[in-house]
Amino acid sequence: MNRINKLFKEKTDNILSIYFTAGYPSLNDTEKIIKTLDECGVDLIEIGMPFSDPIADGPVIQDSSNIAIDNGMNLNVLFNQLYGIRKITNIPIVLMGYINPVYQFGYEKFINRMMECDLDGLILPDLPLDDYKSNFKSIFDKENLSFISLITPNTSNDRIKKIDENSNGFIYMVSSSSITGKKSTFSRDQIQYFNRINNLNLKNPKLIGFGISDKLSFENACDYANGAIIGTSFIKNLSNINIKDSIKNFIANIRSL
Amino acid sequence: MKYNVNSSGFYGDFGGAYIPEMLFSNIDELNKNYLSIVEEDSFKKEFNYYLKKYVGRPTPLYYANRLSEKYGSKIYLKREDLCHTGAHKINNTIGQILLAKELKKTKIIAETGAGQHGVATATVCALMGMECVIYMGEIDIERQRPNVERMRILGADVRPATSGSKTLKDATNEAMRHWINNPDDTHYIIGSVVGPHPYPDMVARFQSVISEELLVQLNKVEGRDYPDFIIACVGGGSNAAGIFYHYLDNSKVKLVGVEAAGLGISTNKSAATTKLGKKGVLHGSKTLLMQDENGQVTEPYSISAGLDYPGIGPLHAHLSDSNRGIYISVEDDEAMNAGIELSRLEGIIPAIETAHAFSVFDKIDMKNKVVVINLSGRGDKDLETYIKWGKY
Ligand SMILES: Cc1ncc(COP(=O)(O)O)c(C=O)c1O
Repeated sequence: MNRINKLFKEKTDNILSIYFTAGYPSLNDTEKIIKTLDECGVDLIEIGMPFSDPIADGPVIQDSSNIAIDNGMNLNVLFNQLYGIRKITNIPIVLMGYINPVYQFGYEKFINRMMECDLDGLILPDLPLDDYKSNFKSIFDKENLSFISLITPNTSNDRIKKIDENSNGFIYMVSSSSITGKKSTFSRDQIQYFNRINNLNLKNPKLIGFGISDKLSFENACDYANGAIIGTSFIKNLSNINIKDSIKNFIANIRSL
Repeated sequence: MKYNVNSSGFYGDFGGAYIPEMLFSNIDELNKNYLSIVEEDSFKKEFNYYLKKYVGRPTPLYYANRLSEKYGSKIYLKREDLCHTGAHKINNTIGQILLAKELKKTKIIAETGAGQHGVATATVCALMGMECVIYMGEIDIERQRPNVERMRILGADVRPATSGSKTLKDATNEAMRHWINNPDDTHYIIGSVVGPHPYPDMVARFQSVISEELLVQLNKVEGRDYPDFIIACVGGGSNAAGIFYHYLDNSKVKLVGVEAAGLGISTNKSAATTKLGKKGVLHGSKTLLMQDENGQVTEPYSISAGLDYPGIGPLHAHLSDSNRGIYISVEDDEAMNAGIELSRLEGIIPAIETAHAFSVFDKIDMKNKVVVINLSGRGDKDLETYIKWGKY
């Protein structure tokens, strides 16, 4: 069983997943950020692979991506940083990004490096299902890696079932029709959407992402899913000066009683 | 239909729909409906009505006497510059806004580079009474001022794209983000044969009126419905796709696409995608793409805002890859000189995009051949750039 499946087996609610952009604020912060998140009791980490043209992201993730790229982040550097990460943490780690850098790196080489670093899953929102099936699925199944897909309020039930069938790990429920970084308190429509999904009896657990920014929105999301993902708001709170403390304070705030 | 799109949205290896789930329902809706809508008689009738009465089609096929004399070829100009709003772009916006109406959309968004597509979109939105938001790179807003004001006069909300290179690529990113945030009531009118399937095919179909007319017009003057060469500038490639369309499978016709080399293909200041690009994914399709070794998209450069794009439509990637098309690139200065030459020889000041298509005579041997050049747009919007360049 991979670490993601294990996590959801052992814990069914209040799962906190944090997204950050690799190479931001500084090129070599990756290990420090992972280690601190683990120490703070975060359940799952999504590492963003920066891309020059992130069409599903708002200004905060766009800026962090540009800075990361300028800092020299690329997939080679990232995998070198993550090589040996399992000596310091056992937290489930998912890579998330856009298809083009992965395509240039080479799918096969990419998957090999993922396994070499003992990572757990992948989110590539602009990879079509058919491409996933022909290029990733057999090896992901064989090596027990998770492929995580997004669904939105506009995804039809039939398509959700197909996505559920082809993914493993969890379903990434995009909270509303929006890019990342838009704040939301849940509307009636959104709650209806969450309930609709929950009534589909999917095989995968669900995390809600996009627009989750603080303790309140995190807890709200946890009412409708196994947990939630925070990205933009986490990145905004990363301090260049004292990165560890800024992470600790942020997570403590989310998790406070 | 060897070179046209296949049923899964690919041109050879290129095309497809590489989109995040947030755009899936919109693209799926288009995909399921566009063919049946555009092939309906009532749609065709309305489309043709507006092309004729509003745009002013058919556009003339004009024999360029002095240009022909100078270069020893029979050169015809397909006068898309005489379309209402001054470029071929409106063929597509008329088609797409009628489609948007069929899909019950009430709001329109678009990206624009040179502003020609923005103006053509703002125009049809005024015509149909739809709300219109246009994204335009901050740099392009500066260098295509007159078009910005035209869009505003037409009632469009012009929003600057301030990320990245602040040009066409970034305006496209912003338009896609806007669409993700407003998926239900909004149609995105993409301005070229780029983007996820079915856009490249849809835009090519609307622009194919150019080659449809050309078949008839050439037949009248040459006694045969095809030329030896067709030449068009390529930004995303919509005017080229439109004039190539009915000749794709006619191997007697050499199809020539002209890209912007900017300051030169070895200078880092270029937009010559077929020379500098590799296979990659941007804005929803797999195509040739200018990028670094890590798959980050490179910032393109051209003096012409409409060609300043790091990719090309998947149709052109396929035509180039399969050698069906000849793709060449010309530098800023060559294009500007060609623009001045056309002005002096034929009394037509072309758009700077278009001027690129007129700088090929010393690059391809076309002596005594029948050549059709797509005069995709007029130069009114570019006066400031001509003046700044100054060598006339
Ligand atoms: C007059 C003119 N020609 C050509 C282009 C390039 O676009 P495409 O390659 O899609 O025809 C533009 C774009 O703005 C234009 O304004």
